[in-house]
Amino acid sequence: MRNILSILALISLFYQQLPAQEHHAEVHHETAEAHGECSCHHEEEYSPSAVAFHHIADANAFHIFGDLYVPLPCILYAPEQGWSVFMSNAFEFGHHGDGKNAVEGYVLHEGVVMRVVDASFPREKVAVECFTSREAEVDGKKREIYQVMYEGNCYDLDRKTTLDGGMLGGGISSYYDFSITKNVFTMLLTVILLLIVFLGVAKAYRTREGQAPKGMQSLMEPIVVFIRDEVAVPFLGHKYEKYLPFLLTVFFFVLGLNLIGQIPFFPGSGNVTGNLAVTSVLAIFTFFVTNLSGNKHYWEHTLWMPGVPAWIKIILTPVEIMGLIIKPTTLMLRLFANITAGHIVIIIFVSLIFIFGDVGQSLTGSITGIFIAVPLTMFMMSIELLVAFIQAFVFCILSASYISAAIEEPHHH
Amino acid sequence: MTGTLAAIGAGLAVIGAGIGIGNIGTKAMDAIARQPEVVGDIRSNMILMAALIEGAALIAIILAFFA
Repeated sequence: MRNILSILALISLFYQQLPAQEHHAEVHHETAEAHGECSCHHEEEYSPSAVAFHHIADANAFHIFGDLYVPLPCILYAPEQGWSVFMSNAFEFGHHGDGKNAVEGYVLHEGVVMRVVDASFPREKVAVECFTSREAEVDGKKREIYQVMYEGNCYDLDRKTTLDGGMLGGGISSYYDFSITKNVFTMLLTVILLLIVFLGVAKAYRTREGQAPKGMQSLMEPIVVFIRDEVAVPFLGHKYEKYLPFLLTVFFFVLGLNLIGQIPFFPGSGNVTGNLAVTSVLAIFTFFVTNLSGNKHYWEHTLWMPGVPAWIKIILTPVEIMGLIIKPTTLMLRLFANITAGHIVIIIFVSLIFIFGDVGQSLTGSITGIFIAVPLTMFMMSIELLVAFIQAFVFCILSASYISAAIEEPHHH
Repeated sequence: MTGTLAAIGAGLAVIGAGIGIGNIGTKAMDAIARQPEVVGDIRSNMILMAALIEGAALIAIILAFFA
């Protein structure tokens, strides 16, 4: 029920977004041509999908409210100019996360650091006027290129380098971003919290041997025992001890990140498990653990299935090899899509206030919106809480089932 | 236009997944009603199966938006 709901919302969102973007870019393109130079367009109409995508994205600063941001360290490297290290409040946060300054050729747009490509742009700290965007064709695909206006001229902005090879719209650009971003900060915070909890519990088990669990031990022991008895032992049999640490680590890491992502303000709000890069690394761990522990039986059944005619083997082997990659891919997409969809639905429900209220024009509309949005958001957040546990559990149980397929002993008939 | 077609494709994928997960739900409820003592096993298997179907649907949705 919940998944269908969120997937439907995701679809309607994509559906709305595509025509809206095209329209917006077109209008701007015309004005740019008409004036012969660039100009800053002013606030367009309120778009819930743009707000939602902005909120689930990674950023170089934590937004609290209004123009108040928590700065994070920026560690940037461009082959042309070397390393730049500074705190992101050097940009002076303005409206919508746009920085008022350019620092060493970098600017902050919508909370994200971008680099000015043009070499004639000053590389010291200067004030910039505003941000805009233009439509351009790169490698046969239409892309929106952000621009910054400085002393009446517009300069193209480069986005940070990503390793997706352009598949998700990124690629190698003129600089690399190694910053402690919102996601990295949240991940480090979760790791520290988990270390504090588990080192404390481990110490308690050493010092209180033979006694009943106490405090944090009583909270953690049922969860660990649940993963052992419901996931590890039924799937992995007598070899479960070897894989239990991996399963528990994945479970608590995903659960911790999911729960911290539910907190809508400062130490939380980082959408880490809703980031494809994070979930893909987790899935790659499962891929390696599965395939490195695969026995002869597993590889024989993958590469040259015994007991079927040779011409079927020719079809079966490529399918099995694809299966090796598809299994971790679904792990990656499932976690990403569930968490992202949940966050988007919450933001869309909150957006109802602005839609009904005509973006602050109508008080009655806003109040109606609040009465609709608050119960819906509360409902969605409680379901999200459930999903945080279910998705951590599903990631763990599916990893266990893939590993169990790889270490299964042959049974002769 | 591409956006509309992608949305239709994603919608079809969701219909399939909805039917699949619905079937899992009914059968699991039936099984629990018949044998309440194995409710734990049934629940974890139900979640596992639902997750597998959901995975297929998610791949379809993601492909619909990339194509």
